[in-house]
Amino acid sequence: MDLILFVIFAVLAVACAVSLVVQKHPIGSALSLIGVMGSLAILYLLLGAEFIAAVQLIVYAGAIMVLFVFVIMLLNTGAETATGRSWPSRLLGIPLITIFLGLLAFILQRMAPSMGMVRFGAFNTGAKEIGRSLFTTYLLPFEVTSVLVLIAILGAIVLARKEID
Amino acid sequence: MATSMMPNALDLLRFLPEVILAFFAIAIMLWESSYDDHGTRPGMPTLALIGLALAAVASMIAGDNPGSAFHDMLVVDSFATFFRLLVLGVGALTVLTASPFLRKLNAEGGEFYSLLLLSILGQSLMAASNELIMVFIGLEISSISSYVLAGYLRDDKRSNESALKYFLLGSFATGFFLYGIAWIFGLTGATNFTRIAAVLGNPDIAPDLVFTSIAAALILVGLCFKISAFPFQSWAPDVYQGAPTPVSAFLSAAPKAAAFAILLRIFFIAFEPLSDRWLPLLGAVALLTMIVGNFAALWQTDIKRLLGYSAIANAGYILVAVAAHSSLGVSAVLFYLAAYSLMNAGAFAVLSMRPETAIEDYNGLAARQPATAALMTVFVASLIGLPLTAGFFGKFYIFKSAIDAELYWLAALGLLSSAVAAFYYVRILVAMYMKPVAADAPALEAPAASLQAVLWLSAAATIGFGVFPGWLLDWATRSSALLR
Repeated sequence: MDLILFVIFAVLAVACAVSLVVQKHPIGSALSLIGVMGSLAILYLLLGAEFIAAVQLIVYAGAIMVLFVFVIMLLNTGAETATGRSWPSRLLGIPLITIFLGLLAFILQRMAPSMGMVRFGAFNTGAKEIGRSLFTTYLLPFEVTSVLVLIAILGAIVLARKEID
Repeated sequence: MATSMMPNALDLLRFLPEVILAFFAIAIMLWESSYDDHGTRPGMPTLALIGLALAAVASMIAGDNPGSAFHDMLVVDSFATFFRLLVLGVGALTVLTASPFLRKLNAEGGEFYSLLLLSILGQSLMAASNELIMVFIGLEISSISSYVLAGYLRDDKRSNESALKYFLLGSFATGFFLYGIAWIFGLTGATNFTRIAAVLGNPDIAPDLVFTSIAAALILVGLCFKISAFPFQSWAPDVYQGAPTPVSAFLSAAPKAAAFAILLRIFFIAFEPLSDRWLPLLGAVALLTMIVGNFAALWQTDIKRLLGYSAIANAGYILVAVAAHSSLGVSAVLFYLAAYSLMNAGAFAVLSMRPETAIEDYNGLAARQPATAALMTVFVASLIGLPLTAGFFGKFYIFKSAIDAELYWLAALGLLSSAVAAFYYVRILVAMYMKPVAADAPALEAPAASLQAVLWLSAAATIGFGVFPGWLLDWATRSSALLR
């Protein structure tokens, strides 16, 4: 059962990722991205990381995607227009992708024996364990991230103001 | 792991400089908003300077109590203290340069100083971080505020272009860096530098070399971007040319120094077991960076852009000392970073006095403003590496460390390329002293008091460390105990 679910959602994730790149209209890309995020959340769930799965859904599929769609609607972008590819990309594109995929396959094949396996439901990490390590071992990175949020707000003010007063 | 929730007093003491910077960044915003009148809002640069000074004092106090803090997230040692004080010093020079610059454009806002302080917070955190997650957060804090600072002059097209380029390419590089961190964590199960080194150095549990190399390469790509090393250097001239001049001075010194700090920490501690693999690569990168920076600079007609290429070449010199892989090399890195920050801040401070940036605009400066031209000569002489300036001893220690490490080819080619560099630096001097003033040259204002302070201070320090390098070198040597 686990394996069937894994295969279904892994394939779905990859298919959505490909569709994300191929789609001509930005809304189509955004919807494909939701598909990727959702399938990934199911995969996390299969591994037993329910907290991460929930966060994945709420933060990515919820908040970030809403933002994307808002931006697309505000900018009112239409289907993208093909600009014709430059000769290096036409000439080297397919060979380079083949080399890249070949390298990836080689690495994975080499990695497989030495890397041990993960069992479904192996991670028994609920919100409690994550919360505990956030407030003990990882207290400092967790708190310092707030500075990052402050910078984002300040940056938005600087870049969005009407004129320099 | 039964760990207590509350950090103890020593943890907080070692983190105090960052706390002070965050406090003052917020205080500046509140201070600004307490004024109703938009015209006169004094005191923000003063507040920023007080914050930087207090943070420097806190860094020194923290440096007297070395050790790790917050479950090994931070390590405060003499190396971290050196870099903390360096970026704080660069920050102070930037505040002093930026204040008259922004006031002239009627663009002085509290956000500028807050973002500057927060950027320095990130760099100070990078200098003291002991593991990859902390490095990443520090890097992001430093970078994101730098992107905004580069685009601070919103009505200036070049400033916008600079910010956008910096942001897009910078985020791309950060992606590489983060992916490398994920690989390292997957391979070793650790993000702490010493624990990574323990896994990589133990042949029984060390992961396959191919994977470790990929991870190290990904991290190196991210860092090479941040220090503008070849082949990830192309953003630097565009960004430095477009950013407000005081920001260019800041960007070419402080984030770069912090990036060198983490480059040294990651490669000299975490990847030390693999050093014979990455050392030749770093040597090649150093050589190409010097050559690309120096030769591209020969054709520049814009003086800010020229200093941008010179910043690339200088990153190459520093990489030579990194590739020497010795404690002498590390102290040469620290010495040169300090010397470069001073001369660079001075040169950019001269440029910040006026909006024109073509080399011809500096024709006949010696006749119009002899003092400024003389000070600029000091900075340019130091950038060339003439004796009696800090730049001379900086280059001397760098190439000495390379020769001691038997990297004769690197030292020889590096010296040759720094001779090429003399050509384009001399063009600035020729323009100032030998060319006549253009008839339609705009009138020059006398530099503001705080700008004068920057100019004289950095010139005095450039000559001071050029005549008596002992004190700075001692400090750099004491702070370079990274290789054990």
